[in-house]
Amino acid sequence: MQHDEVIWQVIRHKHCSFMSKISTGIFCRNPYNVTGICNRSSCPLANSRYATIRDHDGVFYLYMKTIERAHKPNDLWERVKLPRNYEMALELIDKHLMYWPKLLVHKIKQRLTKMTQMRIRMRKLALKTREKIMTTPRKEKKREARREEKAEKAAVLDKAIEKELLTRLENGIYDGIYNLPFNKFLQTLETDELQAEDEIEEESEVEYVEGNFELEEEDDIEDLGMMKDYHISNDEVADDDEEINAMEENTVRRKSKSAHEKSEKDEFGKKLKKKPRIHVEVEHEEGGERQKVSL
Amino acid sequence: MGGKRKSDENEGMEVDEDSNNSNKKMKKEKREILPSSIKNKEKRSAVHAKLKHQKKLEKRKKLKARDAVAKRALELGEEPPPKQIPRTIENTREADETVCMPDDEELFAGNDADEFSAILKQDRTPKILITTCRFNSSRGPAFINELISVIPNAHYYKRGTYDLKKIVEYANNKEFTSLIVVHTNRREPDALLIVGLPYGPTAHFKLSSLVLRKDIKNHGNPTSHEPELVLNNFTTRLGHRIGRVIQSLFPQSPNFRGRRVVTFHNQRDFIFFRHHRYIFDTKETKQSGSEGKKSKDTKGESISKEKVIARLQECGPRFTLKLVSLQHGTFDTKGGEYEWVHKPEMDTSRRRFFL
Repeated sequence: MQHDEVIWQVIRHKHCSFMSKISTGIFCRNPYNVTGICNRSSCPLANSRYATIRDHDGVFYLYMKTIERAHKPNDLWERVKLPRNYEMALELIDKHLMYWPKLLVHKIKQRLTKMTQMRIRMRKLALKTREKIMTTPRKEKKREARREEKAEKAAVLDKAIEKELLTRLENGIYDGIYNLPFNKFLQTLETDELQAEDEIEEESEVEYVEGNFELEEEDDIEDLGMMKDYHISNDEVADDDEEINAMEENTVRRKSKSAHEKSEKDEFGKKLKKKPRIHVEVEHEEGGERQKVSL
Repeated sequence: MGGKRKSDENEGMEVDEDSNNSNKKMKKEKREILPSSIKNKEKRSAVHAKLKHQKKLEKRKKLKARDAVAKRALELGEEPPPKQIPRTIENTREADETVCMPDDEELFAGNDADEFSAILKQDRTPKILITTCRFNSSRGPAFINELISVIPNAHYYKRGTYDLKKIVEYANNKEFTSLIVVHTNRREPDALLIVGLPYGPTAHFKLSSLVLRKDIKNHGNPTSHEPELVLNNFTTRLGHRIGRVIQSLFPQSPNFRGRRVVTFHNQRDFIFFRHHRYIFDTKETKQSGSEGKKSKDTKGESISKEKVIARLQECGPRFTLKLVSLQHGTFDTKGGEYEWVHKPEMDTSRRRFFL
């Protein structure tokens, strides 16, 4: 006992290699310490009768030190294996430390509790998968970023994609979906429109050729009435038929502004054409078909 | 003393001029030393700068000469000298023996016995399960939403704290064909894990340069038509396998009328992902007058030709993938068999690529 006091005085006030002072308190790093705090009652060096629990590979051992063996440092600590069961371990501790100071026994039991809880938690965690954090050296990250940028520039992506799409178009994968090349498609449309325009102008020019129109107007109105009985289709279609007919009858002439103006003046000249309409009736159906095809 | 010596040397020089000239030449050759062997920093940097300047002048001279020759040839009406092909990294790539040849029967047999053959032969329609890592990030959900709009028949489930192996089991039970895990690091999507199901390979990609749709200027909005797939530059066997992994995510019956194309372009082991809507147009290109001058029949008028071009409008996200590892079975880091793993020692050569 005197020995302990002396040791404690020396340790506490001079130097102890197990002591570590942190902002929150003074701790003892001695593996045999029960509480882990640097205290007069918790110091394993300054107490000749002491006990701890230590853990080895998941098995708990009770270590005891008595003053009788203080002169034999090799056999100083007596080791008892504690059973896995928590209650049985507690009973064993009670049995071994029956006549020891209650404070120490209490501290030991607290330590046992904590260690069993830790063991349970560690085993549960080991079953779960945890993400392992791997570090990449900064050099590699930078190198990869640089290479990626250069690769992106080398891969002229837009052009590559466009090229691929065009090759697919040429190989005929998109057949039937696109009317390409557009020019041919548009040309056919345009030729039809041109034909229509030409026919209108030819009519106006043809109007010059014809003679009196007053008498024929009345005739035309009558014809109109007759027409309505026969025709169900639009007047537009009939007009187109007229135009086609006109083409067949007359020569093709180019567009000209003057022709336009004349056509406006001689609009009623159109009616002159209605006389031969009766003939047109027969051809109307063909004309109608032709219209559909060109559209 | 020094003066006498000099005079002696002068005499010597006068006598043997020829030998001295040759000696001088030898000395000149010796003087063309590498700047790296000069210890004095100022002198060394000066010599280096001079060398560089000389090289630049030579290059300019060469370029001018080339241009002059080409111009002269055009004026004379002859063929200009053939254009030189620039040397690129793709041209000088290290020869790889695993490049797929078009007539490789082993390749086709391998493809048939593949894990993807069922999906690619349209026996199974792809059904994708997308999830994240355990901790979600700020850009993760946006990216996942965009992925769902790009890949048809994709479903998102929250991760919870399930193990990946359990998730694989769950997906197998629900008849999914692929599992995609988007991994985030520091609040940014970082890695993509594509697991083919049921026994399929696991491909782990590193994800970088992600640009979301809202950050793209003049972006378009994707429709729900099935997209066309463009896979460029997957040349080696490994690249071919990765190409099939990607192919198995998309349905094999694209809707051409939807005019939607999804591109995975491999360049130097980086896979660039793009998502576009395209349209074909005709463009009038006028051929240059020089060609008119060539043929004496035409009067030098410009001939307008109509060319078909494709125009693209970008929609959807844009990102880059790099393969980190390819594992043969489903996700199993401890016991799995890896087909390919990236090691830092593979990066030592700038001309060696694996995909």
